[in-house]
Amino acid sequence: MSRRVVITGLGPVSALGIGIDATWQTLLEGKTCIDRVKRFDPSGFPSQIAGEVQDFKVTKLVPKADRKATKVMARDIELAVVGADQAARDAGLITRSTDPEAYKADDFMPTYAGARLGCHIGAGLIAADIPELAQAFINAVKDDGSFDIHKWGAEGMTNLTPLWLLKYLPNMLACHVTILHGTQGPSNTITCAEASSELSVGESLRVIQRNAADACLSGGAESKLNPLGFLRQIMTDRTNTTDNDSPSTAVRPFSSDASGTAAAEGGAIVVLEALDTFRDRGGEKAYAEIVGFGASQTVNRDYGHCKADPTGNGIANACRAALAEAGIIADQVDLIMPFGIGAPDSDQSEIAGLKTIFGDRLLEIPVFCSKAYAGNAGAGGGAIDVCIAAKALSEQMIPPRINCDNPLPGINAGTAKATPATLNYVLTYSASFGGQNAVLILKKFE
Amino acid sequence: MTKRIVITGIGWVTPLGYDIESVWQGLLAGKSAIGKTTHFDASTFPTSFCGQVADEYDHDNFVTHKNLHQGVGANTSFALGAATQAWRSAGLDQYADLDPTRLGIYLGSGEGSLDFENFAASALAGWDPETRSIDAVKWVAKAQQCMNAICEIEQEPNMPLSHLAMEFNAQGPAYNCLTACAASTQAIGEATEVLRRGQADVMISGGAHTMIHPLGVTGFNRLTALSTRSDSPQTASRPFSADRDGFVMGEGSGMLILETLEHAQKRGATILAEITGYGSSADAFRVTDMHPEGMGAYAAMKQALDQAHVTTADIDYISAHGTSTKENDSTETMAIGKLFAEHAPSTPVSSIKSMLGHLIAAAGSVEAIVCVLALRDQMIPPTINYGKVDPECQLDYVPNESRSLPVDICLSNSFGFGGQNDTLVIRKFL
Repeated sequence: MSRRVVITGLGPVSALGIGIDATWQTLLEGKTCIDRVKRFDPSGFPSQIAGEVQDFKVTKLVPKADRKATKVMARDIELAVVGADQAARDAGLITRSTDPEAYKADDFMPTYAGARLGCHIGAGLIAADIPELAQAFINAVKDDGSFDIHKWGAEGMTNLTPLWLLKYLPNMLACHVTILHGTQGPSNTITCAEASSELSVGESLRVIQRNAADACLSGGAESKLNPLGFLRQIMTDRTNTTDNDSPSTAVRPFSSDASGTAAAEGGAIVVLEALDTFRDRGGEKAYAEIVGFGASQTVNRDYGHCKADPTGNGIANACRAALAEAGIIADQVDLIMPFGIGAPDSDQSEIAGLKTIFGDRLLEIPVFCSKAYAGNAGAGGGAIDVCIAAKALSEQMIPPRINCDNPLPGINAGTAKATPATLNYVLTYSASFGGQNAVLILKKFE
Repeated sequence: MTKRIVITGIGWVTPLGYDIESVWQGLLAGKSAIGKTTHFDASTFPTSFCGQVADEYDHDNFVTHKNLHQGVGANTSFALGAATQAWRSAGLDQYADLDPTRLGIYLGSGEGSLDFENFAASALAGWDPETRSIDAVKWVAKAQQCMNAICEIEQEPNMPLSHLAMEFNAQGPAYNCLTACAASTQAIGEATEVLRRGQADVMISGGAHTMIHPLGVTGFNRLTALSTRSDSPQTASRPFSADRDGFVMGEGSGMLILETLEHAQKRGATILAEITGYGSSADAFRVTDMHPEGMGAYAAMKQALDQAHVTTADIDYISAHGTSTKENDSTETMAIGKLFAEHAPSTPVSSIKSMLGHLIAAAGSVEAIVCVLALRDQMIPPTINYGKVDPECQLDYVPNESRSLPVDICLSNSFGFGGQNDTLVIRKFL
């Protein structure tokens, strides 16, 4: 019998807000957070809208003692570090970072010994900072202004800070979090694009189940809000290029007039704990229990790895595995939080996959799409959904569903007000660009 | 009763070649693969040498579904060649009864190489000297004109995984992890856990990586992590020697087929070795340095031994992380010394990075294969270029010549920048 695992702390950081309270409040107000890009002038890009984190200043959001470390952090890392801080505090964990005063003492007693704490954080391809490199490149140009690799090798590169590379290694999200919170157990960085967060939460679940740790900081974060990351999203042909003038209604998952997604930045870290150690430390109320996890890969050779598979078989396979582990049938799911990015072929693929699993019941189970609010935050998106699912279970409330006045047939995804509901099981998943699928089933905590 | 996990197929693409036997013979002969960097003009870089996969290498000579792999990056290309070798060596190309939903993949592949020339051109075109910042309008105008969508998309670190899935119709659990230099060892370890839990029957696992591109070399040169012994590239990688001055970059891929014993026996597969232990830890110390007492490395090795139910006395060979940096080699030695105690001096430890260079995320997968071959042939490869004894490194490093000895159980270490440590115990199948 494997250990039960509960979610005890939530740390979302996205356009919806910083921390679970702000995030939940924004959702209850039904307020979309997709807007014209502010970080850089988007007017030359075909898509000009995004889900951007507002008022984000990492030095103001981490404890004073940790500010020095923020010097070598790309935005993606900052998001993860702030998310971890939020989550650890929300769970009431005493760590090196949440209680720096106690840490200084010889008899420092963290909630969990370092070796029993794991850390699994999903990350994307961190885009090199263009201004930082450009500023160094201009010292290595030929007479005609073009780049000169000889000058670069000989002296140009010395214009970069010695630690430059460390800002862009995907494992640095987890690395900084392990250092700040003193987690010395198993640690991993999953890099499967949009499926990264849920795969990371799934791996934390496994690590706790097999008793290799008692608790984990888990989730993911990514920022597409830099010119290169943003352009790469546009290159996937899934972003919205038609609604630049009406950003708040631009992302319309499962709507017959869906026209693409919006790139975003964000992510979340959650605290997972074994129920037994959670109880031992006096824990009472958890947000939810994780009862099922399933992972799969979509393969349809007629479509290749960059196009949605119209059969949705990959998503169905992962759902099946998660339901089997949860020991429930599809009928018992009360809420679905899909990938739902609002790109027509991707949405259709999901409907096909879900139909295989839920049959006609798919018309009844409510579907909530966070991407309509905040866009597609890549490797961070799934973790935001995990936070919302956990909060929905603890509040017994489905936040307003927006931007879907003309739902596609076969799915209950239409616009709706906030709805109190009896929620026992929530199924949430992500399906990456590249075909990796990860499904989690969360249960009301009892 | 936990499931037993066995290795039934191996394949690699390395700077010494891309078939199992010739590379293995090269390693046993102590051959260095290091030479001048030619992937780009590195002539003025502090480090202008590395271990490169031969230009003649082409994944099209391996794969069945060529049309699915157009425009792939180097990591994917290496992964396809290595995985196809492993697939065939496991006899899976001749086995029709595999359920695709029970075939998973767990890789530790690196991020793709930046399209540097066009990146630099766009950055310069977008640079506004007045404001000393990037004008995004000018930048995107140039970027859209010169950047190629497939090339950009294929840089995502999940792409080698996606291509292998397409090639082998693998529809089971699919992961890519990227914990720097520990990635593929971690991938293999986690793949065994997926199998132990019964979520798949067969896993393709390993890694693929190159950082031999202008920004990769720039990054490591700025960190002063690379050897700069430009006058003698072939002797530059000298793990554990007192005069080591940094690591030498390599590139490539190692891939293994892992199966539950039950499944391997059912289909009559040849079993090459068994994976009995996996340990994983984080230093949680500093982004730049290893824990000074090697605590994380110690913890990972200890966990792996415990899971394998063996003691240090049982270990016949340690395939070291052994990068040839000052810090890694002395810290790794310290951790081995502490854990192995009185058995430390008599346990042979070697680093094939002395010959291939450091394959970064892919290093651990190639080293795991070396352990499999050491078990098969009862031979262990040397640490070449070993010269001056470092007072902080006093183990038996199998200096300069391979050794024939009884090998039943091996331990393989990988430690990543940022503090991730992973260890495998691989043993003869009995």
